[in-house]
Amino acid sequence: MDAVLDFLFGPLKEIWAYPTFFVEVVVGGLLTGVMYSLVALGFVLIFKASGVFNFAQGAMVLSAALSFVGFNELGAPLWLALVLALALMIGLAFVIERVVLRPLVNQAPIILFMATIGVTFFIDGFFQMLWGEDVKRLDVGIPKDPIEISGVLVNTFDIVAAVVAGTLVATLAFFFQSTRIGRALRAVADDHQAAQSVGIPLQTIWVIVWSVAGIVALVAGIMWGSKLGVQFSLALVALKALPVLILGGFTSIPGAIIGGLIIGVGEKVAEVFWAEKIGGGIEDWFAYILALFFLMFRPQGLFGERIIERV
Amino acid sequence: MIYREAGQYKTSYAADQAIFPILQDRIGLAILLLVAFVGAPLVASDYILSTILIPFLVFSVAALGLNILTGYCGQLSLGTGGFMACGAYAAYKFATAFPELNIVFVFLLSGGVTAMVGVVFGVPSLRIKGFYLAVATLAAQFFLIWLFTKVPWFVNYSPSGVISAPPRSVFGFYVTGIEATSHAKYIFCLSFVALLALVAKNLVRGRVGRAWMAIRDMDIAAEIIGIRPLHTKLLAFAVSSFYCGVAGALWAFIYTSSVEALAFDINRSFQILFMIIIGGLGSILGSFLGAAFIVLLPILLNAGPTAMGAPLSTSTIAHLELMTFGALIVFFLIVEPHGLARLWQIGKEKLRLWPFPH
Repeated sequence: MDAVLDFLFGPLKEIWAYPTFFVEVVVGGLLTGVMYSLVALGFVLIFKASGVFNFAQGAMVLSAALSFVGFNELGAPLWLALVLALALMIGLAFVIERVVLRPLVNQAPIILFMATIGVTFFIDGFFQMLWGEDVKRLDVGIPKDPIEISGVLVNTFDIVAAVVAGTLVATLAFFFQSTRIGRALRAVADDHQAAQSVGIPLQTIWVIVWSVAGIVALVAGIMWGSKLGVQFSLALVALKALPVLILGGFTSIPGAIIGGLIIGVGEKVAEVFWAEKIGGGIEDWFAYILALFFLMFRPQGLFGERIIERV
Repeated sequence: MIYREAGQYKTSYAADQAIFPILQDRIGLAILLLVAFVGAPLVASDYILSTILIPFLVFSVAALGLNILTGYCGQLSLGTGGFMACGAYAAYKFATAFPELNIVFVFLLSGGVTAMVGVVFGVPSLRIKGFYLAVATLAAQFFLIWLFTKVPWFVNYSPSGVISAPPRSVFGFYVTGIEATSHAKYIFCLSFVALLALVAKNLVRGRVGRAWMAIRDMDIAAEIIGIRPLHTKLLAFAVSSFYCGVAGALWAFIYTSSVEALAFDINRSFQILFMIIIGGLGSILGSFLGAAFIVLLPILLNAGPTAMGAPLSTSTIAHLELMTFGALIVFFLIVEPHGLARLWQIGKEKLRLWPFPH
């Protein structure tokens, strides 16, 4: 019993004793959470507009980052590499819509989900064959020095990441709320058939959504790539985004952000204060358990649409 | 002309409820069993037995398990790998803690342990469904693998973290360990699979299976007609996990003989999900067809470029394999989203009329 109490409350005493350190851990967690949100955003965009649970998002992050670095290594300046990688992601969106989504229209969601896993394998293989599988360094000139803000050490890179994510979300929110295409996207998200019957071209919308998801993947890929180096493990970041998704709700963009922050902080705090006592390396599953705990109370995620069922 | 049930009258309720009511099906099954039990061990080489047939059988059991949960009860799960690992480690613990215990009981017990674990991880299914549940089952996947890697008790404190199957025999023949021949392993595995398949087929035909399917088709409606979601869903999780656990134990003891937790990572879960989707959701036959497809495909993909003598580097081949695999999955889903079992059904309908056009 004492051991259990010590396990549960020991770290709390530690936190009480060193509040600054705790704040540092929380801030670090928040900023990592932002990075998770970046990947989760891509999932949410596609799920909202087409109801497809796109498992390929992680592979898209990897392929976008690989192409960006690849073009850069071929001699293209950074801006040109960015443009080329963007073009490639949009091209990918076209191909996926034409080859995979269109023939599978009206199939059960699980079939579409499986198809995106197939796409994941294909993209992983294709882009690694194209650009090689070595770890590539990516440096877009973001400083990585820690700075001190009122007694708390923060990494500059993480702040830049947070700013980028903020800008991206603001842009997306503007795009969704105030443009013609954004309205069409929301209409499709609400009801495919109704949207189609008022003359919104579904297929164009899907291409746009997948392109936007590709762009988000590129941003996420560049950020994660400059943090970890561009390599296959980037594709696994997607697995980290899944608990963020179920926590925030599949259909909510703010949910992806808040979910990312909660997961980021929860994971960091648990890892720093609790993990040692049970053997460490808990970041693989802790996020899932945390998300599960939230789901017990809100089965549709924190901000997901309420699931109303009729017989 | 050959495959027709005309003239086969049923004179008792028992005959009416037979698993294979058509004579030709019974003959076909008898021939299949004969080939599997007698023909294959006589003809097949050690290599074919241990790299194709045994993994196929092991995967079939796992696919059966997942198909019960996902195909029949409609609960999407990505935790299969974790449950298989659970079975493997439970079998290892039982086999080393009770050396006199017959290996058959070891496997059944490890399945039982996995069933209990499955029930625990199945509890969230009462609140959440669909993709939310799928992601939630990933918690089982990651947590179980982490547990088996981190806690040395599960591997009897072996420093490498690898479990190796101790030698055990059934009826005087070694079926696990170094001395076991691949023929003995194959026969043992096949008997297990045949028995489990029979049980599964009967489960899904009966009251339990009907309840699962009702929950799958619409859980609220099922609840209204008096099916208890709590019992039904958790039973599906238990039975499914039992199968996955036995599959994991077979994998560790019969197929690879020594195994580490990483063999049951998330890719294993996806692989088995592929099997049931390509084979056919909600079909016992489909589980076998899907397992055969996924086991054979990489072997064929591997053999293809080598046979053509294409001078490709190993990494290129690995990537090409990945691409082809992905493309084939998508292609299959587009051509026949209901899986190989559906193709078989269509084939049977055609066979009824053959050779007449109408």
